[in-house]
Amino acid sequence: MNGAHDLGGNHGYTKIDSSQTENFVESWEQKVFGLTLACGMLGKWNLDQSRFARERCDPAEYLSSTYYEHWLHGLELLLVERGVVTEEELRSGVSNGVTDLHSVAPEKLDGVLSTGAPTVLKQDSNRLFSVGDHVVVVNNNPQSHTRAPRYVRGRVGKVISHHGAHIFADEHSASGNKSAEHLYGVRFESSELWGEGEADNSAVFLDLFEPYLISLNQSLIQMAAKCKGRE
Amino acid sequence: MVEESDHHHHNAPLSEIEERVKKLEALLIEKQLVNPETLDKLVDTYEHRVGPKNGARVVARAWVDSAYRKRLLVDATAAIAELGYGGRQGEHMVCVENTPLVHNMVVCTLCSCYPWPVLGLPPAWYKASSYRARAVSEPRSVLDEFGVSVNEDTDVRVWDSTAEIRYLVLPMQPNNTGHLSEEALADLVSRDSMIGVALAGLPLEPTL
Repeated sequence: MNGAHDLGGNHGYTKIDSSQTENFVESWEQKVFGLTLACGMLGKWNLDQSRFARERCDPAEYLSSTYYEHWLHGLELLLVERGVVTEEELRSGVSNGVTDLHSVAPEKLDGVLSTGAPTVLKQDSNRLFSVGDHVVVVNNNPQSHTRAPRYVRGRVGKVISHHGAHIFADEHSASGNKSAEHLYGVRFESSELWGEGEADNSAVFLDLFEPYLISLNQSLIQMAAKCKGRE
Repeated sequence: MVEESDHHHHNAPLSEIEERVKKLEALLIEKQLVNPETLDKLVDTYEHRVGPKNGARVVARAWVDSAYRKRLLVDATAAIAELGYGGRQGEHMVCVENTPLVHNMVVCTLCSCYPWPVLGLPPAWYKASSYRARAVSEPRSVLDEFGVSVNEDTDVRVWDSTAEIRYLVLPMQPNNTGHLSEEALADLVSRDSMIGVALAGLPLEPTL
């Protein structure tokens, strides 16, 4: 979604306050962090759905609230949406009783954390792109969760690596299904992203799923066909 | 680390958000959705047990052992696992190497993706809008603010963590440190140097 979270290249921000070296600024933030991870382990939602919940926020509110406020917003939203707690319980703080879900026991925690959630999947289909290929990021504007930021859409990049097939974040968020899509490292020159004046020997690298990409040749053919159609 | 006592003196009223979080925590514990010991252990793990000292060990090993360095650059997940680190938010690691010709830095413009097993949880500035907005479009200005001046001819490469690949920067070994032990070298490796907004061997935080 084209939400306030998609910040790359936005202007108006002040200097970075590098004195903010701690992760937790206030003590309640530790609780929000712990509660979010612990509730995530209930298995009622996945990481991409968790990200999408944080993104689904009024833009003005997103930008004026702090990082762990986003997490708290996302956690409360998911707990209610998935029917883990009711709105009334959340408002009152009074429990209606236990559910059939089971919390993770402390002795199981190290195992859960050290396994993590690898996203590599087997993918039998041939990949469309090879290292060295020029690709264009498709200009899609889904209302749903996506990991193709706005600042690369419609831009030309060069494939520099293939990471294998990974769980496709967009589908994982939308349906919970773990569908495999090839994932590529793509290099974009800064001049391509920000204009020729910005050609200061820099480049931005993103990891992009195959459905986000089309070959430069294909893109040119499509563009030519569109122009012809308008004549 | 945040000490409870830093923020709350006896009888100080809780803020609105503190009340909200406290109520939520109590509700989730009462509904047996969260085990309070697990909750404490989660926070303790990432506050005290997992942090940039892990990454510094990886970097120092790569500086003293060229075969390890090669393995790290080819398959960082496996090389990092050799030192015992891995798991959540470090399942798929890539290590990018700084050289006199290339300077790498890492950001997550969409959220706050960060390699937890080697660096711990990200500092607040990494998650702030200003860094997320500016790192990709004006990396040299951002580096200037961190006190890093990169040669005009040096290629600046910004890695935006848009999928589940997590990035670790291998900083350049400071000059005249070849005689130091691996442990002493690890002390020169700051968290910021492994994000790419500092050089190794220089103070991590501005002295106040």
